[in-house]
Amino acid sequence: MTLKTLLMGAVATAALAPAAFAERGADGEVSIIYWQAPSILNPYLSGGTKDIEAASLVVEPLARYNEMGEMVPFLASEIPTVGNGGVSEDLTTITWKIAPGMMWSDGTPVTSADVKFTAEYCMHPEGGCAQAAFFDGVENVEAIDDLTVKVTFNQPKPNPYGPFVGGQSPIIQAAQFADCLGAKAPECTEANFNPIGTGPFVVDDFRPNDVIQYSANPNYRDPAKPAFAKVTFKGGGDAAAAGRSVLETGEFDYAWNLQLAPDVIARMESAGKGKAIAGFGPLVERIEMNMTNPSPDLPPETRATVAEPHPFLSDIRVRKALSMAIDRPLLVEVGYGQAGKVTCDLVPAPAMFASGDMHCATQDIEGAKALLEEAGWTDSDGDGVREKDGMELSVLYQTSTNAVRQDFQALIKAWWEEIGVETELRNLDASVFFGGDPGSPDTFQKFYADVEMYANTFNGTDPQQYLAAYRCGNEPRPESQWQGENINRFCDPEYDALIDELARTGDIEKRAEIAIKMNNMLTKDTYTIVPLVHRGRVSAHVNDLGGVKLNVWDSELWNVADWYRIN
Amino acid sequence: MTDQATDPLAALKDKEPSKPPRSQWIDVWEQLKHHKGALFGGGFLIFITLAVIFGPYIWQVDPQALDIRNRDMRPIYVALWDGNAKVGWFRPLGTDNLGRDILANLIAGGRASMAVGWAAMILALVIGTGVGVVAGYFKKADFWLMRLTDLVLSLPILPLLLVAVTLFREPLRASFGPEGGMFILIVSVVGLTSWMQTARIVRGDILALKEREFILAARSIGTTPGKIIRRHLLPNVVSPIMVSATLGLATAIITESALSFLGVGFPSDFPTWGKLLADAVQRMEQYPERVVLPGILISLTVLGVNYLGDGLRDALDPRIRGR
Amino acid sequence: MLTFTIRRLILSIPTLLFISLVIFLLLQLAPGDPMAQVPLTVPPEVKQKMREALGLGQPLHVQYYKWMVQFFWIEPQVLFDHWFGTTFAEGKQRVISWQTRSPVMDIVVQRMPQTLWVVGLSYIVGILIALPIGIYSAYRQYSVFDQTGTFITMIGFSIPPFFTGPLLIVLFSVQLGWLPSIYDTTLVVTDWATFKLQFFQMIMPVMVLALQTTAQLSRYMRSSMLDNLGQDYVRTARAKGLREGVVVMVHVLRNSMIPVITVIALGVPAIFGGAIITENVFKVNGIGQLLLTALFANDIPMVMTLTFIFAILIVLFNLIADVLYGVLDPRIRYD
Repeated sequence: MTLKTLLMGAVATAALAPAAFAERGADGEVSIIYWQAPSILNPYLSGGTKDIEAASLVVEPLARYNEMGEMVPFLASEIPTVGNGGVSEDLTTITWKIAPGMMWSDGTPVTSADVKFTAEYCMHPEGGCAQAAFFDGVENVEAIDDLTVKVTFNQPKPNPYGPFVGGQSPIIQAAQFADCLGAKAPECTEANFNPIGTGPFVVDDFRPNDVIQYSANPNYRDPAKPAFAKVTFKGGGDAAAAGRSVLETGEFDYAWNLQLAPDVIARMESAGKGKAIAGFGPLVERIEMNMTNPSPDLPPETRATVAEPHPFLSDIRVRKALSMAIDRPLLVEVGYGQAGKVTCDLVPAPAMFASGDMHCATQDIEGAKALLEEAGWTDSDGDGVREKDGMELSVLYQTSTNAVRQDFQALIKAWWEEIGVETELRNLDASVFFGGDPGSPDTFQKFYADVEMYANTFNGTDPQQYLAAYRCGNEPRPESQWQGENINRFCDPEYDALIDELARTGDIEKRAEIAIKMNNMLTKDTYTIVPLVHRGRVSAHVNDLGGVKLNVWDSELWNVADWYRIN
Repeated sequence: MTDQATDPLAALKDKEPSKPPRSQWIDVWEQLKHHKGALFGGGFLIFITLAVIFGPYIWQVDPQALDIRNRDMRPIYVALWDGNAKVGWFRPLGTDNLGRDILANLIAGGRASMAVGWAAMILALVIGTGVGVVAGYFKKADFWLMRLTDLVLSLPILPLLLVAVTLFREPLRASFGPEGGMFILIVSVVGLTSWMQTARIVRGDILALKEREFILAARSIGTTPGKIIRRHLLPNVVSPIMVSATLGLATAIITESALSFLGVGFPSDFPTWGKLLADAVQRMEQYPERVVLPGILISLTVLGVNYLGDGLRDALDPRIRGR
Repeated sequence: MLTFTIRRLILSIPTLLFISLVIFLLLQLAPGDPMAQVPLTVPPEVKQKMREALGLGQPLHVQYYKWMVQFFWIEPQVLFDHWFGTTFAEGKQRVISWQTRSPVMDIVVQRMPQTLWVVGLSYIVGILIALPIGIYSAYRQYSVFDQTGTFITMIGFSIPPFFTGPLLIVLFSVQLGWLPSIYDTTLVVTDWATFKLQFFQMIMPVMVLALQTTAQLSRYMRSSMLDNLGQDYVRTARAKGLREGVVVMVHVLRNSMIPVITVIALGVPAIFGGAIITENVFKVNGIGQLLLTALFANDIPMVMTLTFIFAILIVLFNLIADVLYGVLDPRIRYD
């Protein structure tokens, strides 16, 4: 009871003063629920979003992306650019300056040695670092002085903001992790569960895959922040229960990533306890066309490899007809509501990289039928399925198990059958589908189906890496243990030339132009990838939680230091 | 009594049977007829079986047909208290969030659920009873069979299913089609992983029974083990078997739904009662009928089997029969 | 009986070793990849490095041998160290989870309290409700009590917990606001107020689980009692003037316990296994939730260790059941 009165008092004080001038810890406790539970607080040992975001309360990078996708300095004093001399003219080095006076939560100063150590930690060959891609091309990291650190790349990097930027590559303390390099990384349980950081909170108690308790960092750089003295971070369950605990019962203050049908969220919101917020990154739900033949009759060495072109999907008219038959606005309405937009782009955001072309926005069943007729596919035996040269137009359509995806499958199957394409559905356990087990026939890389549906995105705001995936030879195949990112087995030398050109170009306008051209080559020019929905992320917070700015470019909890209790 | 008293010799004579001896099954039927629960249960099972078999011919709506304009319709009875509800006689039980007809889905789902439930339950029952009887009666087999039981009990079902799907889906799909193949796979996995309890219970009972005097008597007059098992032991373990059957049917239906829920079951366009129920849980406040209807059907089916089992048990027990 | 127990205990060692091998092979054979939950934005070559860091590339027999040594040799040393303050296990590699990179046994120990509280309590509640219901239903067969009991337990059994759980939450948490919908595993009972909180948060999961136990046990109890109530020895007992209570509760009950003991014994390992669906619905985050997340993350050391612990419990409790048969019915002989 006393605690409650105290809290009420604190809340009243907070209400009198504007939030920014509130006292540290004045607003008591905030509780956050993630339906996937964090299992480790070291982002370098886990690629999982849940782990990265739970760690982002504690460890911070030099710079983050804000909710608009712009870079803002966190531990650094400013963002290095070619303009201010931080990035060399030849784009091979970037020099970061740590803002003076930054402290670790144990009271020691942050120095360039910590930054250098972070790079060593992740680049150690035996460490199995999950964020190694951010350090791709880094030749060395040197400490110029206590607060200055210079990163040198082995080739010009038009986008040098990979290492130490964003929630995935925060700075860890050299003193704490000194003995945890390489193969010893997993043995440092204490450090992995309780990293010393610079963020607004410190870990009190971490229970893997269950709950984390944090309290305010006494050495945080802004003496007035964070407004909350304690954070409870609960994990586990499912999205519906997480949404319910915020929007309907108010037991929790913030729920992450509510992947629920729009009517379910709307109904939860109608309880009046909180609201759902949406933000859009580059995440696109798409149908991928298999350019190779997945027939089980083929030997395993050539099945679904470039040696065997697909019997009918290699014809662009069939792919285009399949795309034309889809009513995207309806998919958005049924599956995502305010958390989705119709898109025909593989790169729908940031705005300057998006073509914005909406050729696919309206369904055209008749046009699709006509196109199939033109391609020689006719329903000669009257069974409702088109055929050509004795082959039925029948597709196997696979995706992972997820309520919205199964609704999409049902709708798309209905439209495809309307244009005379027989459709068999298959849904697979996500841990198998997205796993890379070369022994399993059901992974999305193996693609033992004609079309498959999933969502993909890229880190940060630059799509270079993402578009480079569709290079000839980068396709999953038996020799590469079915690893590779060119899922469709797309191959076009002209496209490969554009990949190289993009990697050389530093001018941002020019980069956008090339990226849009590449985007179009994959989508409207060839229908290799058929984008369906530009997906946003929906999270929810209770009405009296202030300061939340949903950020899809970085950790959602990026500005937790600014959160406060309204009245 | 009176005429026997008049002629003392007549009492010593064997009476001629007035009618030929009745078969045991007629007796059983006689007894079952008077068991109201059993009649109700059996009647309901026959009704539901006929309904799911012949339903699609009477209610000729394609359960997979999408009708976006008429989605989220309520059942017709909602109109009784809510005049504004979206209802219509052409969709008597309403539609789901994609406009699929719920009545048609319940019928189609019933086919799958009943088939999976019965097939898996019978498979589990046959294996369980077989293993239990053999282990209980033959001391040599006991150790190995019970260790096998321990082994199967310890296997985690989810990885087991994933392995089975990986190994057998393609060959089964090739020979029985995508749905038939999946059906065989699921029935086998559910059946093969749920017989252990029955086996242990039956074995426990048999261990106690075989030390009883009537078994000793049967053995002493040279009855073969096979006959002892069939004639003397099995009839005495009918009641735990009946309970296992009842619970097994429910377990099989629910396990199937949990499997579809986890994405290792039937394809998503193949409805079953359990899956209809699982899919509708998120919207149970707005559309309670979508959870309640399949839920009631599962419950009533299980209750029906249970009552029928109760009646059969009573009817098969000669001590109770004729009481 | 003693020799039988000892012999069986010794024989269970090779049995368990064989079971561990089968589980290991099954998990190796199962499709899935510990990298499945890593976002698609992480490139394949990085994932490959991560796999190697987990020791995935090693041959099967090496992986199995390593697990055996860690589980049977190093983990007991850790336990010994913990009890007696020694340092035998220092610096030795324990069974490490792939998800958390921390020792599996530490997490298991951390999860035990909530699982034992919720699942264990629900089991006891279930048994305490089921046995009287089963006995009385059989004694008064086809009475109103029997019919109602049958009806409720069968409905309870045929409705899956993924429906009853959310239903209770909607009723008691959302509509009435009486009970919390999310279990707080960090709550420590120190005084009356925290005890009340603990009590309130346990009500719903315990009830959902107890319903399942009750339904199952009461059916077996009832049918077994019915079998025995018609036997001659019951008539004899009554004829020699024993009180009805003694006849039913001593004579009949004891003879009816064999199937019930089997079901109870089979259920105890399941307590430690937690309740996968119910734990998830109420966010109890015990052993069941641990197993489920480990399965989805393909965390093989975790799954392997958990399932093997269950296997030990299963073998042990089946042995206990066998011993109890002999106690309940001295005619049963094993040698």
